[in-house]
Amino acid sequence: MSVILNINGEDKKVDVPEDTPLLWVIRDELNLTGTKFGCGVAACGACTVHINGKPVRSCQTNIQDVEQSKITTIEGLSGEVSKAVQDAWRDLNVVQCGYCQSGQIMSAVGLLSENTKPTDQDIDTAMQGNACRCATYQRIRAAIHLAASNLEA
Amino acid sequence: MTIQTSRRNLLKGIAATGTALFIGYNTNGILSHTIANAAEKSDLTPLNPFVKIAIDGTVTIILKHFEMGQGTTTGLTTLVAEELDADWDKIAIEFAPADHEKYKNLAFGAQGTGGSTAIANSYIQYRTAGAAVRALLVQAAAAKWGLKPKDISVEKGMVRAGDKSAHFGELIADAAKLPLPEKPTLKTADQFNLIGKTELFRKDNIDKTDGTALFAMDVKLPNMVYAVILRSPRFGGTLLSFETEKAIKISGFLNAKAMPTKDGIAVYATSTWAAISARKAIEAKWDNSKAENRSTKEIGKTHLETLKKAPKLQARKDNDFEKTNAAIASASKKVEAEFLLPYLAHAPMEPLNCVIEPHDNGKVTVHDGCQFPGLVHPTVAKILGLKPDQVEIKTYYAGGSFGRRATAKSDYATEAALAFKLQGGKKAVKLVWTREDDLAGGYFRPMAAHSVKIGLSDKGEISGWNHHVVSQSIVKGTPFEKALVKDGVDHTSVEGLADAEYEIPALSVGLTDWVSPVPVLWWRSVGHSHTAYVKEVSMDLAAKAAEKDPVQFRLNYLKSGNKDQKRLAGVIKLAAEKAEWSKPLPKGWARGIAAHKSFGSYVAQVIEISSNDGDIKIERVVCTVDCGVAVNPDVIKAQMEGGIGYGLGAVMRNQITLNDGLVEQENFPDYEPLRINDIGKIEVHITPSVEAPTGVGEPGVPPAGPALANAIMALTGKPLLKLPLNENGVDFA
Ligand code: FES
Ligand code: FES
Repeated sequence: MSVILNINGEDKKVDVPEDTPLLWVIRDELNLTGTKFGCGVAACGACTVHINGKPVRSCQTNIQDVEQSKITTIEGLSGEVSKAVQDAWRDLNVVQCGYCQSGQIMSAVGLLSENTKPTDQDIDTAMQGNACRCATYQRIRAAIHLAASNLEA
Repeated sequence: MTIQTSRRNLLKGIAATGTALFIGYNTNGILSHTIANAAEKSDLTPLNPFVKIAIDGTVTIILKHFEMGQGTTTGLTTLVAEELDADWDKIAIEFAPADHEKYKNLAFGAQGTGGSTAIANSYIQYRTAGAAVRALLVQAAAAKWGLKPKDISVEKGMVRAGDKSAHFGELIADAAKLPLPEKPTLKTADQFNLIGKTELFRKDNIDKTDGTALFAMDVKLPNMVYAVILRSPRFGGTLLSFETEKAIKISGFLNAKAMPTKDGIAVYATSTWAAISARKAIEAKWDNSKAENRSTKEIGKTHLETLKKAPKLQARKDNDFEKTNAAIASASKKVEAEFLLPYLAHAPMEPLNCVIEPHDNGKVTVHDGCQFPGLVHPTVAKILGLKPDQVEIKTYYAGGSFGRRATAKSDYATEAALAFKLQGGKKAVKLVWTREDDLAGGYFRPMAAHSVKIGLSDKGEISGWNHHVVSQSIVKGTPFEKALVKDGVDHTSVEGLADAEYEIPALSVGLTDWVSPVPVLWWRSVGHSHTAYVKEVSMDLAAKAAEKDPVQFRLNYLKSGNKDQKRLAGVIKLAAEKAEWSKPLPKGWARGIAAHKSFGSYVAQVIEISSNDGDIKIERVVCTVDCGVAVNPDVIKAQMEGGIGYGLGAVMRNQITLNDGLVEQENFPDYEPLRINDIGKIEVHITPSVEAPTGVGEPGVPPAGPALANAIMALTGKPLLKLPLNENGVDFA
């Protein structure tokens, strides 16, 4: 089927079988490969994108459901919250293999957009769906706090 | 790959910047250099370099080790930049092509990464390359300006003397005409500006935070066909027949073909999703007569039964079971335990994948997060009937490995090559594994059973230790056998135990190999992943029986004064100090310690837990590490943090189980990775050292599990002999 998706501010027409999850449209059709495939069952968060600003697992998102939505991938991040998060990630050398990190950053930006001063508890709750096999968790926590304090300053 | 091809690759790489100076080791291992320009290829001296300096001054470091998160892009770059006095922010990096001679890992003589050797084997080699270039540039500047080399200084990519200055690129033409110093002087530790400094940013920091970092999973080529493989659901099963009637209805499905290896069906489609969907619709029949049809319950039981028999192999030269048993028999106290540790999957975050791309001239490119070009390259060439120089490997960032990407058979590259060939060899084929494939696909950390019998004197001192390991050999029957099996003993089955640092009287360690069609593999820290658990939990059981403090008890066996023992004792003492070992904890809290040497590095960890209605929470981990010179302290800390997390997640709740030969875990929900809320603060303390650098990628893993188990045992008093811990009735908050 043919759908028009608004991704990173642009309307894109794609022609795919109707059961194709948003993840594979983004990766295979639109070549936006920053969004990753880790599990396909909404259990790892590697595929996290924003739908109308909220973090969502694209591997379990039907394309028909997001036809009218604004979809943002890691490539389309902009604004001060995103910049603060990416800068904090770099300042604290968060990444290891990096494969989960697009998803981590999308979730972190989602969190800080709603909660400007998250506690450790808030961070754990918001981030527990994002697995990192390299276990970069404590730096993720620290980077979110750093981004929050930089945004406040 | 021949020199011809590599040269052409080089030229492609520098085309944008024109002329560049190449410095590397020639086939005799001697440093050499050449200046080259895309327009003058005929004059090139064949060279796959370590360092390139472009005419605009850009320094490019060629990395012979791949990056799976362990930080080699930062580490190898530091080594060159340190000696070259280059500008950190202006250094570019590139992964090396396949060249088994020039880019071999000096630790094992083949091109590949593993065993936590990347920095250790490159430490002198990469620094020497950097130092030679620096000396050359200094000489060139001296000649140009009519000065002596000693009058010239180099800092952050600039060469200066008085009011004269030049960037590196301005000197390469002159430098190329001068001889390269054969044995350049390396800096002494007090001259280091980059080595040992915490403030360096990782080289892969930017592209891994903006979505531009490329993994092999991200490769898309014109007309590329996507493939997944429907593998035998049982290890060792062979294909009888299959039916694609339903798959044909899936839009995007192209075709399906039996793999020549008879262990799977390659399913081709026009997209990843179509391939995955089509595979679900294919029905296959398998011959399981030679397959592993048992359940892990039964396999575990027979492991434990085998423990009771005399070991088949002697894992220590001075084994004397008679003496050991006599010492234990006459001891005043005894500790006896049988441990059973499960199969584990590596589950790197990026599911395995590999792309084979054909070229018009008959050559192919393998796109891979390639851990072991030394194996992948000849394997793919052989399958495709090509000469080695017709196969090029393009290495990408790897989304984790933990050992999984380095198999003796180059398993997934083999599958990709076969799938490419089956499809006609005209179109690029991208083989993708799903997470389900990953967990069911084998190459597990082997199951391991250990029996331990310890005798204690009336003073609470160990008088004898009888140890029997039953586990499947990882390296027997592979090209690694020659190096790692001695007198029938696969060293990786008993490492860290048969050669433990503790001075244990009357220690005998036996080994019996388990045999099964289940493919097993090194899993981050290899044998240490089970030996450290058993050794360190046993030390706590013995300390408890002896009514001694676990820290003091360990230190009592590290007193001989040899360097090994001193360094292990050093990290234990530091961990106890930093964790305030003797300070009382609130009610419901406890601590545990474990220490282990692996890959040349000494690590101790103290884990602090709390219990809320019996639910255990990991509150704090204190880790100390002595890994020789700390090249990149922040990368070392990150590797300890990651290793601890990797070890803890597995020990808490991970296991691969078989039911009638079928893997029961399907995806992350049944093989739940460690999550952010599982773990509190980790503090890492690095012991200052002038010793040569040793491993950091793996040594953080082994002590984590036993330190946690020892903390829980301190709280509940119940021995934890079976993993994962949640199988012992331990609940985590
Ligand atoms: S790929 Fe979507 S959550 Fe794992
Ligand atoms: S950085 Fe490797 S999985 Fe998170």
